[in-house]
Amino acid sequence: MIIKILGSGCKKCVALGENAKAAAAAAGKDAQIVKVTDFAEIAAYGVLSTPGLVVDERLLSTGKVLSADEIGKLL
Amino acid sequence: MTVFGWMNDQLLRMVWLNDLVGQGVAAVGLDPASRLGGSVLFFVYDVIKIFILLSVLIFAISYVQSHFPPERTRAMLGGRSGLGANTLAALLGTLTPFCSCSSIPLFIGFTAAGLPLAVTFSFLISSPLVDLASVILLASIFSWPIALAYVVVGLIVAIVGGTVIGRLGLEDQVAAFVRTVPVTGEAATMTRRERLAYARDQVSEIVHRVWPYVLIGVGIGAAIHNWVPADVISALLGQDKWWSVPMAVLVGIPMYADIFGTLPIAEALVAKGVGLGTVLAFMMAVTALSLPSLIMLKRVVKMPLLVTFTGVVTLGILSIGVIFNAVTHWFI
Repeated sequence: MIIKILGSGCKKCVALGENAKAAAAAAGKDAQIVKVTDFAEIAAYGVLSTPGLVVDERLLSTGKVLSADEIGKLL
Repeated sequence: MTVFGWMNDQLLRMVWLNDLVGQGVAAVGLDPASRLGGSVLFFVYDVIKIFILLSVLIFAISYVQSHFPPERTRAMLGGRSGLGANTLAALLGTLTPFCSCSSIPLFIGFTAAGLPLAVTFSFLISSPLVDLASVILLASIFSWPIALAYVVVGLIVAIVGGTVIGRLGLEDQVAAFVRTVPVTGEAATMTRRERLAYARDQVSEIVHRVWPYVLIGVGIGAAIHNWVPADVISALLGQDKWWSVPMAVLVGIPMYADIFGTLPIAEALVAKGVGLGTVLAFMMAVTALSLPSLIMLKRVVKMPLLVTFTGVVTLGILSIGVIFNAVTHWFI
């Protein structure tokens, strides 16, 4: 699966990316993490507050850093 | 002394903490009235006070803010225009949780939904400028009348700034892709438990983000407070110097610091006789305009709009500084 982290590269986006990686590993899934920093692309997902989490083109959360556990439940 | 006055002194200004730290400083053999002792007292007292207030305030305020996610703000502002819409946008700007790295997606989301530029800019100006936590800190360091005056003039800058930008007809000065973005996204509903967790996360995140600014700010404040002679400061920034406000604004604009870091500097400068307007103008310039945020904004708006935005906000801050200096005697 493809996990996209939407955000301009601030600390929160990095943290979310790491949690997502951990969640995918814990779920035993082969995940590719993609960082989306282009504002046009971020906005195309309808995100108003970063960081955003997109899994297989589905927007799962915006504006918060989910923990690995929380992401695991959403996967 | 009234009950309110006592609560204000002890809870907000934390006079007890100042006394306590003063005794501590004396106990290690430093005279709080001496230069070194005074600096240590100022530093320790201000750092502890700011972090206590910061944590309590951010928690309470984040709980309130969790009711106003940007999606909801956008829905509330949708289809409105005119002065009433600008006022509402400026007020919501103080309530909506805001992180400077989110300002661009927010700008795109608002504009794509068809909100007029006037309304979007009123929101974008007020959001960093009139922050609820900073208002209460202002009341703690100065007084309630000064804090309330700061809110009122901050909102006026946001409302007037947005209105002026709207009147100039710059709607075509937005990067083309912005208008083509789909408008989706509903605000998620939160339970009470989630709101409390959100508030707790905000405290830890904001404290992590701002502590270096607070330490540096308090350090500079302590240095000004005890080591820089008052006549040097008044020669540079005295109220009788016409350039004091423009200089404070020019120095403040490129700076990127948190308002919590600028407050202790403001406190020390006012104690040295610098005009209240000069100090408020400095704080507003630091928080409302910064080089990093302007560079980010450049990616979604064209140059004329960016220059207009910077110019309008700068002019607003300059006038506030000059006006406040003229009426300082009302407050101090």
